[in-house]
Amino acid sequence: MKCEELLKMLNEYVDGTVDPAICEEFEKHMAGCNPCQVVVDNIRQTITLYKNGQPYALPLEFRAKLHATLRERWLERPPVR
Amino acid sequence: MKPSSSDTELVHAAKAGDLAAFEALTTRHERRIYSLAYRMLQSPQDAEDVTQQAFLSAVENLAQFREEASFATWLYRIATFAALKVIRKRKGLVTVSLEEATEAREDYDSIPHPEYIADWKQSPEQLVERHETQRLLEDALALLDDKHRLVFVLRDVEGLSVRETATTLGLSEANVKMRLLRARLQLREQLTRTLGDPATRIERSHHHHE
Repeated sequence: MKCEELLKMLNEYVDGTVDPAICEEFEKHMAGCNPCQVVVDNIRQTITLYKNGQPYALPLEFRAKLHATLRERWLERPPVR
Repeated sequence: MKPSSSDTELVHAAKAGDLAAFEALTTRHERRIYSLAYRMLQSPQDAEDVTQQAFLSAVENLAQFREEASFATWLYRIATFAALKVIRKRKGLVTVSLEEATEAREDYDSIPHPEYIADWKQSPEQLVERHETQRLLEDALALLDDKHRLVFVLRDVEGLSVRETATTLGLSEANVKMRLLRARLQLREQLTRTLGDPATRIERSHHHHE
């Protein structure tokens, strides 16, 4: 396996959906190729960071407006069957 | 309704006309919906519009909500479609799918090679604690093309499967995978330039062996 081929299989490898035979080749390549190993590490870390990112807080003014608008709509037309 | 009430309990109360229950649901989910819209659209104003639209639409359709999916999933879909509508409008593609005619040409042979390769100075666990990290992540996300960012946000930030992402965006799974790979590689590149330890940097010229 060449570096280019490894790059193409990157998603499947880090998501754990790669075919076992290809997985073995992938790992054999990485064991002898430090740059690819570091790239794979970096990719995993990148995904972990984004997965664990905090949700944003709503701007206070917008939050007040949102709740007021929803109350108003609710009282106008309550969603009761 | 107690703060510990489940979404299902709150939905039932809201369906029976309890406004306080709906407000509790709103408070519980508003941050996630706003963040989703913000990350997809990269505009605070559009994110606010989409958030408001999503919750208004939830009020309007609550009686018809059959609870086949969770409230969170249902609301989430409403917000995603509202955000996609904004993006299509921006592009002047009101009825056209996000799948572009030239898409087939975006193949694996044109994937950019990693340039800046280095170990990170800190682990993701350490980085998550730091305030600057959030900023860095958002800045890097903002640099992606819309088509790459949407796939990344749905798949990697929000945790949808490849298939769900494809269905939501009206793309083929192959296309989602391609875009996801580009997004991940571009974000890796961007983050490593800031987070990488220059002392461990591997020069590209060493990277061309088999």
